[in-house]
Amino acid sequence: MAVSPTTERAPTGPVRPPTESQVELPPGAVATAGVPVIDLDGVTKVYDGGQVAIDRVSFRVARGELVFLVGATGCGKSTLMRLLLKEMEPSQGEIRIAGRELGAIAPKRVPMLRRNIGAVFQDYKLLPNRTVHANVAYALEVIGESRRSIRAKVPEILRLVGLSTKLQAYPDELSGGEQQRVSIARAFVNHPPLLLADEPTGNLDPETSIGIMQLLHRINRTGTTVLVATHDRDMVDRMRRRVIELESGRLVRDQPGAFYRPDESRQSITVRRTARTAAPEPA
Amino acid sequence: MRAAFFLKEAIRALSRNASPSLAAMLTILLTAVVLGVFIPIVAATTGTADQVRGRVLVDVYVEPDASRAEIEGLRQALATVPNVRAVEYIPKAQALAREKRRNPDAFELLGANPLPDAFRLTPADPGQVASIANRLAPRDSRGRVRPAFAGIDEVRDREEETEKILSATALVKLLTGGLALLLLLASVALVANTIRLSVFARRREVEVMRLVGATNWFIRWPFVIEGVIVGCAGGVMAVGLLAVAKATVFDPLAERFALLASPQTIDFQMLGLVLVAACVAVSALGSGLTLRRFLKT
Repeated sequence: MAVSPTTERAPTGPVRPPTESQVELPPGAVATAGVPVIDLDGVTKVYDGGQVAIDRVSFRVARGELVFLVGATGCGKSTLMRLLLKEMEPSQGEIRIAGRELGAIAPKRVPMLRRNIGAVFQDYKLLPNRTVHANVAYALEVIGESRRSIRAKVPEILRLVGLSTKLQAYPDELSGGEQQRVSIARAFVNHPPLLLADEPTGNLDPETSIGIMQLLHRINRTGTTVLVATHDRDMVDRMRRRVIELESGRLVRDQPGAFYRPDESRQSITVRRTARTAAPEPA
Repeated sequence: MRAAFFLKEAIRALSRNASPSLAAMLTILLTAVVLGVFIPIVAATTGTADQVRGRVLVDVYVEPDASRAEIEGLRQALATVPNVRAVEYIPKAQALAREKRRNPDAFELLGANPLPDAFRLTPADPGQVASIANRLAPRDSRGRVRPAFAGIDEVRDREEETEKILSATALVKLLTGGLALLLLLASVALVANTIRLSVFARRREVEVMRLVGATNWFIRWPFVIEGVIVGCAGGVMAVGLLAVAKATVFDPLAERFALLASPQTIDFQMLGLVLVAACVAVSALGSGLTLRRFLKT
C-alpha cells in the first residue's frame, strides 16, 4: 500500500469523517446507524424492449461498508447504478437510500438526492470547458455554497487526491488517472454519505488503478459508504471486501471478505445464492 | 449573487465555447438583416396598394330639380350610411370646370352644362363598396332602382374599374403577405435550428450538471442568459448594418425618387427596436426550450 502514512494515521488529516451537519440525508430520512444506506427489495428492471436488466435483486449495504459489485459486462451493474441515482425507475421492487424510498421522491427533489450521492464513472464525466478547480467547484456551487467556502474546500480536496499542482489545467490536459482523481474529488467534495463508482478503473492501467482504489479506500475510511461496480479482478482480490456478484441481472453471490471469483475464496463463510441461480429463466 | 453567478457562467460558456454561439449569432445577424430589408418593402407595397384602393369611390348624382334644402338633407343622410368615410359635394359648375380642363374642345361645343350636382363618397373599406351602392339604390323585385333617399337621381360605383383595382391590390397584398410570412417562418426555423445545434453540442455537459445535483433552473439560466446575449449582439449588429445601408444607399436615392419615400414606410427606430426584441426573444426562448429535452428525468 502506497498510501502516505501521515494521512493514514493522523485523525485530523485532510479527510475527516463527515460530521452530522455535513451529512445531509434526504429529507425525511432517519440517520441512525440501524438504517441501511442502500436497501434493495426485489428490484427488477425491464427495458422498453423487453430486455431484463435486473431480475429480483435484493441486498442491503450498511453505513460505512465498502462493497464491490462484480460481474461480466452486461450483467446489470450499470443499470443498478443508474437506478440508485434515480436516472430511471425500477419496473418492480423498492430502492431505499438511507431509508428514503426513491419512488416517493418527486422529480423536483431528485437533484437533492444526487447531492447526497457522489458518483464516479468510467468516462470521468468532467466538464470539458472548465479547469480542474472549476469542475470541483461546480459541485459546491450547485448546492449554493459560499464563494469563500468554495475557495477553501476545493484546493483542500484536490490536495487530498494529489492534484494540487494542476488546479488550473483543463481536463483534456490531464492523464486518465488524473481525470479520474478530479472526478473523485468532485464526488466527495461535499462529503456525501454514499459514493457510487461505476467501473472507476475501467479505462486505466493497473498501476493507476491501484492509486484510484486507494483513494476510494481512504474515502471509505472516513465513514462514507462506497459501492464500486467493477470487473477489475486485481482490485477486488487485493481489497478482499464484501462482493456482490450479478449474472444476467440476477444476484448470484453476496459474500463478505471475498475474491473476484467465488472458487478462489478460501474462506468458509461463502454465502452462495444457489436458490436464486436455480430460478427459471424468464421467457 | 445568484444572478451574478449565472451571468458569469454564461460569459464563461460564450468565451470557452465560442464557435457554436458565434454561428448562432451570425445566423441571427443575417436573418435580421434580411427581415430588416424586407419588412419596409412589404410595408411600402401594402401602403401603395392601399393608396390605389383609395381611388375606389361612389358617385351619387343629385336630381336636377332638387332644392338646396334637399341637397343639404341628402348630405347628412349620406354621412350616416355605414362604410362611408367621407362625403364630398361637387356642384355641377365645379364638375364642368374639371371636365373642361381634361377635354377642352368637347366641352366648348356644348354651351350649357350637362353635368348634375354630385356627391362623391369615399368608402371606409374599399372591398365592401358594393354595399354602399346597394344601400343607396336598392333594386326592387322587378329590377327597378328605388333610391333610398329623396333627391338621388343615380348611384354609380364604377363597377368595372373598382373590380380591377380591388383584385389587383388584393393579389399584391396576398403575395407580399405570404412572402413575409414564409420569410418569418424560415427565419425562426433557421435560428431555432442553429441554437438547437449549439445546445446539442453541450448535452453531455448538461448530463454531468444533472449528475452532481444541479436543479433544472440552475442549469437553464446560464443558457437563457447566453441566448439573450447572443440574440442581442446579433440583433444590434443587424440594425447597425441596416442603419449604415439606409444612410449610404436608400436615403440619397429617396431624395431623388419620390417612390422610395412612400408615406407608409415604417419608422426606422421602431423597426430596429422590434428586430432586436425579436432576436433576443427567439434566441433566449430557443435556448431555454431546447434544453427541456435534456432536462427530463
